[in-house]
Amino acid sequence: MKKSLLSIAAAAAVLSLGTFAAEAKVKACFVYVGPIGDFGWTYQHHQGALEMQEALGGESEVELAYLESVPEGADAERAIERFARSGCNIIFTTSFGYMDATNAVAGKFPDIKFEHATGYKREHPNVSTYNSRFHEGRYVQGVIAASISEAGVAGYIASFPIPEVVMGINAFVLGAQSVNPDFKVKVVWANTWFDPGKEADAAKALIDQGVDVITQHTDSTAPMQVAAERGIKAFGQASDMIKFGPETQLTSIIDDWGHYYTERVKAVIDGTWEQVDVWEGMAEEHVVMAEYTNMPDDVKAKAADIEAKIKSGEFDPFTGPVNKQDGSAWLAEGEVAEAGVLLGMNFYVEGVDDQLPQ
Amino acid sequence: MRVELIKRPQQSALFSAVSPFIALGLTLIAGAIMFSLLGKNPLDALYYYFIDPLTGIWDPFNRWQLHELAIKAAPLILIAVGLSVCFLSNNWNIGAEGQFVAGAMAGSMIPVLFPEFHSWIVLPLMLIMGMAGGAAYASIPAFLKVRFNTNEILTSLMLVYVAQLFNDWLVRGPWRNPEGFSFPGTVRFHEYAILPQIWPDAGRAHWGFIFALIAAVAVWFMLSKTVKGFEVKVLGQSPRAGRFAGFSASRMVFFAFLISGALAGLAGISEVAGPVEHLNEKISIGYGFTAIIVAFLGRLNPLGIVAAGLILALTYLGGEAAQISLQVSDKTVRAFQGMLLFFVLASDTLIHYRIRLVASPAAKPAELAATEAAGNV
Repeated sequence: MKKSLLSIAAAAAVLSLGTFAAEAKVKACFVYVGPIGDFGWTYQHHQGALEMQEALGGESEVELAYLESVPEGADAERAIERFARSGCNIIFTTSFGYMDATNAVAGKFPDIKFEHATGYKREHPNVSTYNSRFHEGRYVQGVIAASISEAGVAGYIASFPIPEVVMGINAFVLGAQSVNPDFKVKVVWANTWFDPGKEADAAKALIDQGVDVITQHTDSTAPMQVAAERGIKAFGQASDMIKFGPETQLTSIIDDWGHYYTERVKAVIDGTWEQVDVWEGMAEEHVVMAEYTNMPDDVKAKAADIEAKIKSGEFDPFTGPVNKQDGSAWLAEGEVAEAGVLLGMNFYVEGVDDQLPQ
Repeated sequence: MRVELIKRPQQSALFSAVSPFIALGLTLIAGAIMFSLLGKNPLDALYYYFIDPLTGIWDPFNRWQLHELAIKAAPLILIAVGLSVCFLSNNWNIGAEGQFVAGAMAGSMIPVLFPEFHSWIVLPLMLIMGMAGGAAYASIPAFLKVRFNTNEILTSLMLVYVAQLFNDWLVRGPWRNPEGFSFPGTVRFHEYAILPQIWPDAGRAHWGFIFALIAAVAVWFMLSKTVKGFEVKVLGQSPRAGRFAGFSASRMVFFAFLISGALAGLAGISEVAGPVEHLNEKISIGYGFTAIIVAFLGRLNPLGIVAAGLILALTYLGGEAAQISLQVSDKTVRAFQGMLLFFVLASDTLIHYRIRLVASPAAKPAELAATEAAGNV
């Protein structure tokens, strides 16, 4: 008897605490796949979260909670459910591997809003998906690489052969070929999103093969640091990595999630949140180019020009004529690729010196 | 100066029994110091670590955490129980992670290759194939050890990477879900291929945990009540004595590897058919390696392993609760987990051994004086 009384009291205490917290402010929660100190993917999501908190009035208005380095298997559902039960009003799950877990938990908690980055499943009305058109930045990088490279070959450190990454490689190649039709790209698959040791090895291997510009689709700053040591140029990834290569970084594709997070959490506060499937890029400032550095002024101007054209919608990186790697035609003159094809992209365009792992 | 561990002639039964509690006490003290230094209330931290995940025992609102505990502990216990047979018989199977993946792949063949085959027989077949796959994969290092006298630590470990990469290739290539936008991973399993949940209304714990308990009791019975168990221990402690007793060391190598491979394979297919519901490239997150710690934490006794598996799973859950509630980083959480393991294993070691400081015989007095003068001692 005493025990059950105690448990009722405890439950009441928990409940009253819960409602008190919910009345005072909105609680936004983030599930991260890596450490917030990776200076890449997760770092930028966390910066976006902090920016959102700041924009909406600080800690007194928005309570922020996050979990780092959550594995993308059976553990993900537990982490998300824990957030759902701890009073979160909106939960952002920031990696593709959380897709099924996010939808499973969303089904159990219809009053909580879920936002899944880079996925395609929205099985419940309280699940949105969001992603950025990073390939727009890759195209600009390609233009710069072909303009400054003397070797005519760039190195590309790739993570996993998923559509996102393949799309990036293709956009980079198309950008480069718009300057130098014979430009080649060598690809190394690091099979990791974040492993400074492996990424550094990949950078060294590429430089030894004669590339004089490298770009990466992995999250650490190691390739930038290797490029700096060897005296070649490189592009940053996800965040502005200029302090890791002041003489080395040409520019960087910055993932700016702050606008989106602010907009979505505000919608929860205002009660106007609705399911969306967002894929936005430079025009909405979800993809931002870091300052153009360490290149001649005419290249800077060329890069700024193409950036402006993409931003205004005047130009799309995937505009024909484009051939597939085997020489067969893909896009006819003036034809623009459909989003559906891009989001499932599993082939290279002409000019990639690599075989896509299938 | 050198530190030596001297085996104690007899162990104190009292200290053997209380050693886990001493370790827990030391962890609590060290943890409290760490959390205080970080500016967090140590009592809060310890509450979230050890009590919060267990509040489900009396609070129905938190009952889901007990289910999550069972989900996290199931593969650890299953694998560690099998490893206990290996380690007791002096077979160092470090490749349970590979056998876990092999079992997951073998069991997944049915729902992936024959998605139209819907029958109640699908799940039992998957479990049997998972066990067979794990056992077959474990037989490779066993065969190499018996036939060529290779070091099973190296072969079993290296085969982990082979299994992981093969699985990676499968789910990106031939087994990839055609409707998955080219992302890696197979189709979601149909309902006949999913392990049922034990108590669906309260949480998502599945039958894998029941398998773990059955395996633990069965192996405990085998080890402590049967001649086979005696054979395992004799061959492990003294192969020569085992030979005189007429036991075959080669057959024991296969026996130990096949049992532990089969249980690791069962863990693999239970994970895939349970909480994950499809095969992907991320199922291998180190259960096979963590299970080695669990096996020793449970002192290679299958019933102790059940407790050890639950405790380790508890620290994962508690770690998350602490991260959210106290806003400490996941590095702090892992450091705390490391402390717990360190103190447990250190306490156990000090029960079996005592420390003796020995002056290095090679160091002559003059040299000693010189190093002392240099301030190096």
